[in-house]
Amino acid sequence: MLSNNLSKVVLALVMTLFLGACATQQATTKGDDAYTGTETVKFLADGVPDRVFFSTNKSELTSAATTTLGKQATYLKANPTLNVVLEGHADERGTREYNLALGERRATAAKNYLISNGVAANRIKVISYGKEKPANPASNVLAWSQNRRTVTVKTN
Amino acid sequence: MKYKIFTILALFFILTAKSFALVSVDITRGNLDPLPTAISDFYLDSKLGDNIKKLQLESKIPELIQNNLSRSGLFFALEKKSFIQRPEPAHNKPRFEDWAFIKTQVLVTGKISLEKEGRLRVEFKLWDVVSATELSALAFYTTPDNWRRVSHMISDKIYERLTGEKGYFDSRIIFVSETGPKVDRKKRLAIMDQDGYGVKYLTLGNELVLTPRFSPASQHVTYMSYFKNLPRVYLLNIETGIQDLVGDFPGMTFAPRFSPDGKKIIMSFAQEGNSDIYTMDIKTRVVEKLTDNPSIDTSPSYSPDGSYITFNSDRSGFQQIYTMKSDGTNVKRISFGEGLYGTPVWSPRGDLIAFTKLYRNKFYIGVMRSDGSGERLLTENYYQEAPSWAPNGRVLVFYRETPSDSSGRGGGAKLWSIDLTGYNERLIQTPTDASDPSWSGLLSRK
Repeated sequence: MLSNNLSKVVLALVMTLFLGACATQQATTKGDDAYTGTETVKFLADGVPDRVFFSTNKSELTSAATTTLGKQATYLKANPTLNVVLEGHADERGTREYNLALGERRATAAKNYLISNGVAANRIKVISYGKEKPANPASNVLAWSQNRRTVTVKTN
Repeated sequence: MKYKIFTILALFFILTAKSFALVSVDITRGNLDPLPTAISDFYLDSKLGDNIKKLQLESKIPELIQNNLSRSGLFFALEKKSFIQRPEPAHNKPRFEDWAFIKTQVLVTGKISLEKEGRLRVEFKLWDVVSATELSALAFYTTPDNWRRVSHMISDKIYERLTGEKGYFDSRIIFVSETGPKVDRKKRLAIMDQDGYGVKYLTLGNELVLTPRFSPASQHVTYMSYFKNLPRVYLLNIETGIQDLVGDFPGMTFAPRFSPDGKKIIMSFAQEGNSDIYTMDIKTRVVEKLTDNPSIDTSPSYSPDGSYITFNSDRSGFQQIYTMKSDGTNVKRISFGEGLYGTPVWSPRGDLIAFTKLYRNKFYIGVMRSDGSGERLLTENYYQEAPSWAPNGRVLVFYRETPSDSSGRGGGAKLWSIDLTGYNERLIQTPTDASDPSWSGLLSRK
């Protein structure tokens, strides 16, 4: 136990020195790792996917996301009595509180796109679940990419 | 012959003890050399009735004290079966040679007797075996069912006398109990003693609840709940069970904490993709906006004197730690190491800020000074976050998650504690998985 503790402290010390040495490099966040598959995707209607995916720590809409949201906008305009809630989510590799904010930012990005494509703002609500409701419960890169998402859910 | 051994041992202890008069523990550095401590069974006054005797408090109280002291990492408790002197004479007048013989430096003894109306008098004495003196003695009066509280208070007295620091054993932890599969976790607020005993559930699990935090000044807790599917900050009185919505915000409020005087709640409010930090005065309900930045500003935590706030922001492009004055001016970034930083929380001593750090896919709990200097990482793991300080600012509790397999099984969260030096990491046993711990202040100082 003694030597175990000691090695931990040595490790922490080494880490600190190491981190100090390369502090000029940029942080670890990856660039484009948004999910592009269809595995967890459901559909609001024929050919209208219900969700869009995001890169790690990002809330910018990818071109795949704007294509999907464009279809959702068309569908919502054709069905003017439908209201939706946009559920923003994050993967499990971040602190809970930051992820709540990130989920809200992602849902808002999708909402703004729908509004700019002609859907009335009062038909759209947003809610963030942070990392609380993963679509894929596995702890791997694929699951995390499927969980960084905004899902459009009909409320009536 | 026997006498000679005593002399040699006694001499040995005198030479190794740092001070000739007193044993003491230095807790500012990693303690590789915990203090040998003997905690004798207490002795029961013969006048006690069978209903008290069957509780076996004479051994349960010393056991609990021993667990507390051992878990602190500063004390090494000697095995009871090696004790030579019986509890009663040991309490009245220890034969110090007997205790020095088993290589203890400190001895704790006690006596339990009956007071009026079924109340108990629990007396303890702390002895310095090295210098053969009594260090302190104190008696507590209590009902028999309150024996755990009394044991924690005695533990604090011993810790304080030997370390010169405030104790932290007579305190509680509020946390989120987790059950069920990962895609549909049931979360309930729960509260327990600092050592994991006496878990009580405060919510039923009908709605998602997150990040409970104690008021420093009252029996209140602030937390976030998805009640009626509206994620908002709530205030709960844990004695009455009455809960109130905090403020009237047209969107999600989250990441709440109390101000040090307990009068305000500080939290984030998210609107149009932007989270800023607000306070609300609990009595007047006056709301104040402290940050105004298009980035995410969250996880605010006051300095113990209330004059500063530390918080988490990604205004630089990445999650970093900042400080500002409590009126929102003088914003300064303090974290500059590589990686992402989150959940800053100010030590009750005011000297340090504990945080979570993500670096190369590992999560760390660390501390830095409030100007950002002196960063030290205490523990590395697959996932861990959300440190909360023990009332004396020497120990942190946090939660750690294990990864789940490709079918989503096996992942779970548990509570852990670690002391400031990075030594002495301990699992806190809970009946279910557990996350988002928050440590109360000392219960007996209110």
